[in-house]
Amino acid sequence: MVIDSTRMKSLADRLAVDEVKGRSLWADARKRFLKNKAAVGGLIVLLLVLVFAAFGGTIAQYSNEELDFSIMGQIAEKGGPSLANGHYFGTDDLGRDLFARTVQGTQISLAVGIVGSAIAVLVGTFYGAFAGYVGGRTDNIMMRTVDILMSIPYMFVLILLLVVFGRSIIMLFVGIGLISWLDMSRIVRGQTLSLKHKEFIEAAEATGVSRLIIIRRHIVPNLLGVVAVYATLLVPLMILTESFISFLGLGVQEPLTSWGALISEGSGTLNYGTYWQLAFPLFFFVITLFAFFFVGDGLRDALDPKDR
Amino acid sequence: MTATPLLRVEDLHVSFSLRREGDWPWTPLRRLHAVNGVTFDLAEGEVLGIVGESGCGKSTLARALIQMVPATGRAIWEGKTDLLSLNRHAMLKYRADIQMVFQDPLASLNPRMTVGEIIAEPLRTHHPELDTSEVKLRVKELMDRVGLLPNQINRYPHEFSGGQCQRIGIARALVVGPKLVICDEPVSALDVSIQAQVINLLMELQRDLKLTLIFIAHDLSVVKHISNRVMVLYLGQMMEMAAGRELYGNSQHPYTQALLSAVPIPDPVREREKVVIPLTGDLPSPFSPPSGCVFRTRCARAQGICAEKVPVPLPGDHLVACHFPGPAVV
Amino acid sequence: MPLLEVRDLGVSFATNDGTVNAVNGVKLRLEKGETLGIVGESGSGKSQLAFAIMGLLAPNGTARGSVKFDGQEILNAPPAVINPIRANRVAMVFQDPMTSLNPYMRVADQMAEVLVHHKGLSKRAAVSECVRMLDAVKIPDAKGRISLYPHEFSGGMRQRVMIAMSLLCRPDLLIADEPTTALDVTVQAQIMQLLAELQREFGMATILITHDLGVIAGFCERVIVLYGGRVMEEAPVHPLFAEPSHPYTRGLLRAIPRVDHEGAVLDSIPGSPPNMTRDQKGCPFAPRCEFAGDDCVEALAPLAEFAPGRFRACNRSLEEIA
Repeated sequence: MVIDSTRMKSLADRLAVDEVKGRSLWADARKRFLKNKAAVGGLIVLLLVLVFAAFGGTIAQYSNEELDFSIMGQIAEKGGPSLANGHYFGTDDLGRDLFARTVQGTQISLAVGIVGSAIAVLVGTFYGAFAGYVGGRTDNIMMRTVDILMSIPYMFVLILLLVVFGRSIIMLFVGIGLISWLDMSRIVRGQTLSLKHKEFIEAAEATGVSRLIIIRRHIVPNLLGVVAVYATLLVPLMILTESFISFLGLGVQEPLTSWGALISEGSGTLNYGTYWQLAFPLFFFVITLFAFFFVGDGLRDALDPKDR
Repeated sequence: MTATPLLRVEDLHVSFSLRREGDWPWTPLRRLHAVNGVTFDLAEGEVLGIVGESGCGKSTLARALIQMVPATGRAIWEGKTDLLSLNRHAMLKYRADIQMVFQDPLASLNPRMTVGEIIAEPLRTHHPELDTSEVKLRVKELMDRVGLLPNQINRYPHEFSGGQCQRIGIARALVVGPKLVICDEPVSALDVSIQAQVINLLMELQRDLKLTLIFIAHDLSVVKHISNRVMVLYLGQMMEMAAGRELYGNSQHPYTQALLSAVPIPDPVREREKVVIPLTGDLPSPFSPPSGCVFRTRCARAQGICAEKVPVPLPGDHLVACHFPGPAVV
Repeated sequence: MPLLEVRDLGVSFATNDGTVNAVNGVKLRLEKGETLGIVGESGSGKSQLAFAIMGLLAPNGTARGSVKFDGQEILNAPPAVINPIRANRVAMVFQDPMTSLNPYMRVADQMAEVLVHHKGLSKRAAVSECVRMLDAVKIPDAKGRISLYPHEFSGGMRQRVMIAMSLLCRPDLLIADEPTTALDVTVQAQIMQLLAELQREFGMATILITHDLGVIAGFCERVIVLYGGRVMEEAPVHPLFAEPSHPYTRGLLRAIPRVDHEGAVLDSIPGSPPNMTRDQKGCPFAPRCEFAGDDCVEALAPLAEFAPGRFRACNRSLEEIA
């Protein structure tokens, strides 16, 4: 390209001007999210729950396996929540410290939720984006596979897995991971189909950008909004699934525990007047789910303001 | 034509197999002929306008040239290579020579990328050897060339107005130094006052960089303003092609005449005096175009022969695909 | 008494990015049977002006000022006042007919519903009246086509159906918001011709809102030029095109490529349309105006009559911009 020298001079001057920083869509979304009180409240609650799960163990007076023989046998009278004897949340019917057990249950439940959701995000996004973008026969085969997997009653398979391979936390992750990405891949594929005909994708194709780069550079970043929203809503779903399995007695194995297992225990012993066994795990369970839903809604509104 | 044309398109056909709505899954697919035997030469440095109403295949024609829709026929680049015969890999080399500007200024820019990244994309694809600072300098140079402030390189598309977004799209098309730029309705989404800015910019760039342009639009006034030669398409077929002044001043095809008469003129005296040549009926379905001349179902001059024989234009500078060419009869 | 009198109309929207003042201090009068064109670019507030008159603003929008229809105040009026007017006396035609037609209802049912509801006709009488109206908008084989669904019509035919539907109650005022923008030129020419004929035949007052000065030139008696939510100029159609009195109108006319002229370089208007969230002080066109001075940034001259029927809002005198 020919550029004459007078232009060059003035060009050099203009190029020397400091670059202005851009305001990305993410920055806009963050601003809108922070304006949403319910979502910010949810986020704070989530952070507190996380802090509880991470550092709760350090202020617990007992470990989760220790049996407090001084209380055993008189749980209903002596096992209630008390600051004096160090059982902040009381004890369970075996005399184990409920605070320590709730901390551990929180860790496991959150881990299940987050790992399940992370698998969904990774596998589902790339699977769906690839199927949607490539289209044609590939898309057909990939999506019919998802349909087949979805038509299998997953709770039955999950229970079968846990029974056959034994109850372990790894198995639980595997089982939940297997099913969690299916919905995600469908949602992502749908979004990809609508993105695919946008002119900026066409522009990239016209200039010869390769397919994988188009998926990585143009499709996935534009999907992340939807994925983020769905992932935050998926975490509580995963927690619910695990709780259900644990409630059935097939989840994590003693002495490990989770919210579902604790709630199950608590509801079983409710008749003996040890209400705290149900109340504390349930409280954490409920506020966490609510917080996730509020954050998910907030994200959706922040990322897609036109939807309101 | 003396010199070898930059691009010679011969008998270009594009058809899609589609299921029409209401069809059963087992009904055979129908063929939609989007472009039907279009032939033209494109000289270097020329601006060819392609006009036609929606559904005439003008955008499909442009996309067929760069293999974005499957086409048959030939598209000879610089007298040597048939672009339509190349595979994906071999085509890549030519994509740097042929770039495109799109209709919707905002939708043609990835909202998650900065302006710098957007403009640099063709450069990174075709010249991966360039380092970051070279790319950046080249991008800034082009931003300046199309009238954007180079210091806005880190901004995002939504921070720009429609006209500025279209400038970004133009910079992206020019960054790899193409020979041919296909502009698909580049100004139809813009406001009148902005439209003029972009047209002037395109004309200036075309002159300074000696670009060849294919300028697709439905607005006949815009096409007239920018083009050396104009082709009129109807139902995927060329109706008339001539130098701009000739086509607008001395059109011979009844369809061109009807189109021209329908363009509103921003002058109450002339607009109220002019006679609109009416087109009767609707556009025929592209699934089953009329036999013979495709325009005959809406043409006042149609006679028996029009249904039997496809009109073939006589060779020359003013091509008219009509059995009864002639000036408009009002 | 004018049919429609709008005084000091302002429309603003509360959005995430602050208040958007879409329309500011707009004044207009429309006599019975008159055709008025409102021309402006995107963001000029021309559509919001129409929506405000009809009381159809989006929920986050508020309108101020006064809109009198046949002497009766209808701006922010209770439904009991405005509904009968909207049903019988004012009709609106939109850019995209598909958004105002129910895709799951046959055209016959949709059209007849209007008459059954508002005029109390029997279904059979209503349908035959609808067929008559479809004939009037020149839909061939109206009797056969009336039982089709909207998607079975082509774009131009659909717009004809919309027009027929809006005319069913013989309105006194028709507001057409970009009625031909989505259509091809040949169809646009037919629709505009049809609107002109119907307007003469039914004698209704018509407001045509468009960005296309060519369409305005062919159809309207009087024109209002909007920019940045304010009226820049108002004049009868002939003087407006022959001797535009406002720098914006002048710039706009020079920026249009024309089929009937040999064009050299187009005189474009530099800059971009205004950001409507900004402070509304001063002339919205000032940043792009070659004649603008410091006073233009401070305040906009009120719309003033400088010749019979011709109004302009500009701080510069006619001599200064000559």
